This record gives sequence, structure tokens and C-alpha cells, in this order.
Amino acid sequence: MRVAGKGLIDRDRRISFRFDGRSYSGFKGDTVASALLANGVTLMGRSFKYHRPRGVLTAGSEEPNALITTGRGAGQEPNVRATMQEIWEGLETRSQNAWPTLDFDLMAVNDLAAPFLGAGFYYKTFMWPKAFWEAIYEPVIRKAAGLGALSGESNADNYERAYAFCDLLVIGAGPAGLMAALTAARGGADVILADEDSLMGGRLNAESGAVGHQPGAIWAAETVAELAGMDNVRLMPRTTVTGAYDGGMFGALERVNQHTARRGGGAPLETFWRIAAKRSVLAAGAIERPIAFQNNDRPGVMTAGAVRAYLNRWGVSPGRKVAVFGNNDDAHRTARDLAAAGVHVAGLIDSRPDAEVEGAEFPVFKGAQVCNAAGRKELEAVTLRTATGEEAIQADCLAVSGGWNPTVNLTCHLSGRPTWREDIQAFVPTEGAVPGMDVAGACNGAFSTHACFEAGIVAGRAALSALGRKSVDVKMPKAEDAPYRVQALWAVAGKGRAWLDFQNDVSVKDIKQAAVENFKSVEHMKRYTTQGMATDQGKNSNVAALAILADATGRGIPETGTTTFRPPYTSVAIAAMGAGAQGAGFAPQRFTTSHKQSVEMGAPMIEAGLWYRPSYFPRAGESTWRQSCDREVGHVRQAVGVCDVSTLGKIDIQGPDAAKLLDFAYTNMFSTLKVGRVRYGLMLREDGTVMDDGTTARLREQHFVMTTTTAAAGNVMRHLEFVTQSLHPEWQVAFTSVTEQWAQFAVAGPKSRDLLNEILGKPIDSEGWPFMACGEVEVAGVPGRLFRISFSGEHAYEVAVPARYGASLFKLLEERARAMGGGAYGMEALNVLRIEKGFITHAEIEGRATAFDVGMGRMISAKKDCIGKTMAARPGLVEETRPQLVGLKAVEHMKVITAGGHLYEVGAEAKNGNALGHVSSVCFSPDVGGYIGLGFVRNGPARHGDVIRLVDGLRGLETEVEICHPVFLDPEGGRVRG
Amino acid sequence: MRIDCPICGERERREFYYRGEAVALDRPAPDAGEEAWEHYLHLRENPAGERRELWHHDGGCGAWLVVTRHTTTHVIAEVELARDMKGGAA
Repeated sequence: MRVAGKGLIDRDRRISFRFDGRSYSGFKGDTVASALLANGVTLMGRSFKYHRPRGVLTAGSEEPNALITTGRGAGQEPNVRATMQEIWEGLETRSQNAWPTLDFDLMAVNDLAAPFLGAGFYYKTFMWPKAFWEAIYEPVIRKAAGLGALSGESNADNYERAYAFCDLLVIGAGPAGLMAALTAARGGADVILADEDSLMGGRLNAESGAVGHQPGAIWAAETVAELAGMDNVRLMPRTTVTGAYDGGMFGALERVNQHTARRGGGAPLETFWRIAAKRSVLAAGAIERPIAFQNNDRPGVMTAGAVRAYLNRWGVSPGRKVAVFGNNDDAHRTARDLAAAGVHVAGLIDSRPDAEVEGAEFPVFKGAQVCNAAGRKELEAVTLRTATGEEAIQADCLAVSGGWNPTVNLTCHLSGRPTWREDIQAFVPTEGAVPGMDVAGACNGAFSTHACFEAGIVAGRAALSALGRKSVDVKMPKAEDAPYRVQALWAVAGKGRAWLDFQNDVSVKDIKQAAVENFKSVEHMKRYTTQGMATDQGKNSNVAALAILADATGRGIPETGTTTFRPPYTSVAIAAMGAGAQGAGFAPQRFTTSHKQSVEMGAPMIEAGLWYRPSYFPRAGESTWRQSCDREVGHVRQAVGVCDVSTLGKIDIQGPDAAKLLDFAYTNMFSTLKVGRVRYGLMLREDGTVMDDGTTARLREQHFVMTTTTAAAGNVMRHLEFVTQSLHPEWQVAFTSVTEQWAQFAVAGPKSRDLLNEILGKPIDSEGWPFMACGEVEVAGVPGRLFRISFSGEHAYEVAVPARYGASLFKLLEERARAMGGGAYGMEALNVLRIEKGFITHAEIEGRATAFDVGMGRMISAKKDCIGKTMAARPGLVEETRPQLVGLKAVEHMKVITAGGHLYEVGAEAKNGNALGHVSSVCFSPDVGGYIGLGFVRNGPARHGDVIRLVDGLRGLETEVEICHPVFLDPEGGRVRG
Repeated sequence: MRIDCPICGERERREFYYRGEAVALDRPAPDAGEEAWEHYLHLRENPAGERRELWHHDGGCGAWLVVTRHTTTHVIAEVELARDMKGGAA
């Protein structure tokens, strides 16, 4: 019901929206909750477990009941708090957890079964048989109990991540936060003021009290306007600070476009901020707690502060006949404001016999308690219990106040524990809980407007002082300074279920049951009853629940303690937190210079780390990858093939001590390498395991170019940085990654030199360019580098040019190769070529293999120290019984063998403990004419010729394989030198 | 967490790679014996308190840093360049 002349809504701007298929009208400034209340709708949801009808309880982000689903299809969003969702023209909303309708919910049968569904019910009932849990119990329970659902469609909205930096972050823009921000901003500090509400001002917008000579809301608006006009202030409305982290970092969720029709487009729906603040002021206010009594969850029962907020801010009275029930003076304001606005106040019930109520124009019941509520889908009457007996009062709304809980959450995110204050019956932040944070106002237990202003100024000045800035004078506006008097009342005694956690349907009885069953620790009680474990995290029920636990276990509240507050303060969509990291944003893509042409040639691209490389280059008439792969292998073996190898890490190393670094990082000697020559090197980790391998070329006396594998490029770079900075800072050596600066192509096959001689400035020959030679050359008129190295066992080269020439060089090489009966080859052929030659990759050196295991034990030079040398010599790492590198051949003609299969003796059971080793790489070898592989077998080098059994449990394959030398082709190496 | 890199200034933790305790600076001599090497490679104190650790600014200047960090509060008492330490064998 709208109340004339009240509220901060814009009555000239009417907005229509839908709830459960019906159209409703509200005003600019309304939330879904305020607009529905204005339309007389009080039933807004069904509870999680018992499907009890529920109405809105609060007016803020702590709302447990009025959860709705907004939007449809890909834009559907579940569990939106109706109290936070501003209405916009065309907004579509639905109720949740009801079937078939909110009004007629068949699942409400759960409520009748309630005596059997109390705390621990699931744990006790659905224990046996074990197999039933996943198949039957869980699906049924999940269907019956639940909140809103996701659409199942991919999210079409845009979300963003952003960073902000400031001198001072002020969290909350109520009287304390505004004052703190104003003080610090006037002192010249860079201030961010964040508030989760759309309208800054906090309780000033919800109360009727004056500030100075004007309404509090006007003062707030003027102050916000002043702050908005300052260059050193950033206002962030609709922004919930969700977490406090170490080093002055805060997480914050900004609902950028949740209040508009902008969906699915470029503008973000929400932005997740990381704010780095030198100082912070927490002015998060306080949350009012209800009082538990029988049926205290009926639609129409609300917190007293929320009723006041709906009246003063939105011009809505949630009822026509409103009763007020409280244990503190603050509740009286609700009765006074309603009466002043012309709403019928059915009575003010104060549990304190000595409560002082002045000039009341409504019935006052002191020392009385509300013990029951009548009405199912909406409140009809409340029952009072006084010293003389019980009586009913007709009311369609009951405003309840059990006192206020300071919002201490953020002060506990760094393991801080709040402190109990007996005088206000609430926890307050413990000083110093978050370094650099001052706490001001209601969240510190200072509840009057005057006290909030004062605390804000103090906090603002403290921030200025800590920032090394001069203090400023800020005029203190005059405001109410009423004392806050409260007497503990958590639950009214009586029969029936009295609710604490509305969202998870936890009653007073459940807490007592937990205590009886010895779940006495507050953390145990929480998990046993699910108290505080719903999406609202028990914001308005946790303190009452632990007070009841304290009582049931005969302890005080401080001894009972609180559960742990963790971020986020309110729910954050994963889409917002992970913004930019979906789909292609998950990992950057690295493309080689030949990428475009490879794709144009129809090559399927596969990921190699962040790189994309061609699998094979299909030609007309080829219908399987194997056909293409076999042909490409043939090109290299018989003519010439071209392959982009630019993804290998390239590190340019220079300086007088460059050779020293290489000697130390590699197991073998590089200081003896001649200029103009390349050497294969093996790198170990300090624990003796192989880290990486590759070739290093000596271009000049003090200039080397190291190559790493594609996979380990980053690790090797970091490792070299560690060695030179941390172990040998005295060495004069500098290096940098040049992986992306050089495009490099393998030109491999008997005709490779012929091809190169067509494009090199000066022709090369066998004498000038023997195997493992390197040097600078002119490539098609461009200065480049040539390395005579081979990963295929063929007469081969790698030719490198600055990356800007890569695409055209690849085109040229591919054309020439094709003309010579060859062509481009991809990763599949590259793999076959190297397996046939027994060359290892990270399939073999996978982090467990030692130099000994891969047959390179002798590559650890005895003449010098190197990383990993000492530990590689440990007896356990050089035992004959270790699985060592071997070749494997399928015994049966054309029988498939698989990588990952385990190896056993013929006749031995395929079980743990019997394994001889495993298969690491396999391929079909056109040259061998069958499947071959590399693998590791215990004592393998001594067992060439033995037949063993391969068992691949994953693929259900079992076959016999023969152990052989890992080099299948040209073991003498004649081809490579040809 | 934010780390004040002596070269780049204060940067967010995500720019850094974490390696572990700064013990790695004190590489034993090849003949230092099994125990010394085991300590160097495997044994760590894991204190709930201040500890010197190695971080690599790989999203920035590439410097290896010795960061003195409190393991429970993440408060950083000191950041030094590893190259300025007296670690390492000859």
C-alpha cells in the first residue's frame, strides 16, 4: 500500500514489470520487493525445505526469503534478492521453489511431515543401503529442496574484472561512511566510497529523523553530490565489498547493469573489482535481527527497520494494520513513523516491563511477548502473552526488532574474531582485526546518527593522519543521539516451530536438538542443522542461533563464539569473478607465422601449451589422418619436408661467462663447443631428474642460442634466471627469450640441401656445412641463421629468419618442397619421425625419468659440477632394475599398441607390483611397417629381443610386444651425415 | 597480497611465481654429503610465522626476490633482490 507524501521514489516515472506472469506497476527507485508490497503482494517465495509460504523480511542484501529468478533463457538469473533488484521497464521475475505455483505448492506436504524432517534427518535416515544415496535419495532430495535453477544455457551476458587503487576505501555510505569519505576527501586523499545500495545514504534514507534543519535523506543527497564533484573521489554505488584480503586488497562486486534492460551486449552486467587501498574505513552498518516465536515466518512478519525503510524510502506501508514487537527502543520508531504517516498501528509490544514509551498514539503492551502468528499465506493476527494471559491482536503486518547486529563480517575475513558487548547484546569488531582498517558507526556498535557522524569524522581523520596528510575541520551536523537500550530476547518460549534461519528452515528446536546430540561446538551445530549455510549465510539469524546454543549448553555467548565469517559477503556469480576467462579468454592463444597458411591448407590445429600447431596437411584423396601422416613421413624420408619449429623456446645467451652458465645448467660440456657448431644438451633438475633437452648453438665466442622444448620454454627461462641471479650473481652473462623474434623451420630429407641452395645467398655443401654446423646466412635476401640439426634422423636443417619474414619463408619453402616431391609436415609426422629414431620428448622425460633412465647417464660430465649432478648419482637413481628406455615392436603383424599401457612378463598377472614399466610413445611406422613405440622397462637395455605383455586397462587392450633398441631406423646415423 | 619489487615497485601477487623457502640460495658443495643435500632439497621448516621465501617476478622484470613474509598474515617485512644475497657456491 502506497502512503501519500512519503518516499524517495520518483512518482512521475511509472515502471511496469512482471512477477509470476502478472504485470505490476511501480516507480523509478522501487525494488521488486517495495513495488510488490505497494501492490499488496506479500507472498514472495517458498522456503527451502518445508515449502512454507514466505514474504519479504528485510529491505536489504541480508534478505533470506524473497529470492526470485529474473530473466529467461540464457539471461536467467536465480536467487536474486527482491530487496536488491531495482525494477526496470519490462523486467521479468518469477518465484522459486514452488510447484505447480507459488500460491498452491504441492511440495508444502513437507511441512506436514516436519516432525520427521528435523536437524540431522538426512544423516540419520538415508544411510542405507549405500548404493541408494546417489541413485535415489540425493536426486529426490535435491528436487524437493532447493532454490532457483540455472537455465542450462551458456551465459550470454558480459562480465568484467577490474582493478582500482586508492588512498582510502570507505565501505558503506551511511552517516558514518559519508562523513569519513567527506573528511578524508577534503583532506586531499584519493577516496573510493562503495555502497551496495543504488542510493547512497544508508539508514538516512530509511529514517524520518532530521539532520541539521533538513530531512536526513536530503542531507545525504547533498553530501553525495559534494563528493561526486570532487576529483579525488570515486563513488561506487551498487557495489558490494565482498571480501577483505591481506595487503589492503578488497574484492567488490558492482552490479553495473542489473537495474537496466541492457543484456547480452557489450556493456558488463556486473564487474568484479579488486581494490588496492592504503587505508580503509568499514562503515557497513548493522543488520536487525528478528525474534523467534511460533510461526514467526508468516508473510507479513518483517523486521521493524525494514518496515520503516519501506515507509520512509519507498512510501509503502507493508500492512494496513501494523503491530510492532521489540525488545529495544529502536522498535518504537517504527510505531511512531507509521502512526505519523497515518497507518493504523495495532499495538506496540515491548518485552521489557520497564520500557519507556512517550506520547504514544497507539496501544502499548509492556512486558509482553508475541508468542504466535495466525494466517498462512498472509498474516492475520498475532497472539500476545502478557503477565495476565494471552490475547489476539488483528494485524496484517508485524514489525519485529530483536536488536541490531553490527555488520562485522569484513573484519573477520583475516581470521579476526569479534568481541561480545553485553550492553548492546551484540558482537562488535575487534580492534586491529584488519590492518589499515578503521571501523566506524553502527558496525562498531554506535547506533545513533550523531554517534555515526562523529565516528565517521574520527575515522576520516585517522586515515588522513596515517596517510601523512593534514587534518581538516569538518562541521558536525546536528542529528538525533538517542540511547540504544536493549534487553536480550532471542526466542519466545512456547510450543511449535519458531524460526531462526528462514532460508534454510532452521528452527529453535533444531538448535536445541543439536545440543542434545552433543553437537555443542558452534561449528558443529552449524553443519548439523545447516544454520547459516544458505545463500544469506545467516546474516540475521546466526547470533540468535548461537545465543540459543549457548543457553542450551549452559555457556555464555562469548564462550560459545561465532562461526567463521568468510568472503564473499554476498553471493558473487562465478561469471563475474572469472570474467574474461571464459572460452578463448581462458588461455591466450599463440600463433606461429605459418598459422594462417596452415589453416588455409586445411591443417587441423592442435594445442601445444598455448601454441597452436598443425597436426597434418591433408591432400586431395586422403580421407584419414594416417594417410596424410604416412605421406608426410615419406616426404621427409625420400624427398624433403618442411615443418614450423618456431614454438621451441629460443634463448639468446651472451657474455664472457655464457659458456660457464651452459656448463652449469647442462650435464655436458659447452665451453669446449667450437664457434659455428651446435651441440645437444641435457638439463637436470637439482634432484637429478631430467628437466629438459635441446640444442645450443655457438654463434660467436660469447654468444649462444639455446633451444628448449616447446613445453618447458618458460620453466627453463625461469631456471636460468634463478641460476644466474641466485646461485651465481657474479657471472657476467645476460640472456633473453627470443622465441617470438625468430621464425624457424625444419627442412628435412635427402633433398633438403638442394632446396636450401635455391634460396640461400651462397650455396652450401657438405664440407662447409657438416652435421651440427651453424652460422649466419642470407635467406632469400634476408639475414638469417642456419643450423644443421635433425629431429628426424635425415639430412636436415633448421633455418631461422626474423619473425616478420616467417610467413613468406614458409610459403616459399612449402612451394619448393612440393615441387621437389615433398611438402609441409605436421606434428603427427614429426612424432613418427622422432619415434623411429628413438628421440625423446616430454612423453619420455615426464618428470620422473633420470639421465640414466633415458640412456644418457654418460652425458653427465665428470669434469665439472652441474645442476642435478650430485643427486643424479644417488644409488637408487642408477640401478639396473629401474625402468629404462627401450624400443617396443608389436609382435603380431599390424597389431596396435598404445601409449599409457603397462608392461608385464608374459604369464604374470597384470596387477600392481608386477609391472615392468610402461609405454610412453607409439606410432605406426611406415618404414618398419607396423606399430612401434618407446617405453620404459626394468633392466630394459639388457633385454632386447625379449617378448613381454602390454596391458592397457583403460582401452581394454592386451598384446605382446618385443623389446628392442630404441633406434628403429638407420642406427649408424649415415643418413643424417649424408 | 602485494609485493614491493625493488625494481618495479608494488605489484599484485599474480605477477609473481612462488618457489619456496629461500634455502634454495644456499646450494651445498657437490661433496657436502647426503645430509646437506637432503636438507637443501627436501626438508623445510613450514613455520607459522616469518619466513624468507623466493619469488620470481616473471610477470614483470624477471628478478628473483627474497621476500620475508609472515605465513599466517601475509605481512611482508622485507623484499630483497636475490642477486644481492650472499648465497651460492663459488
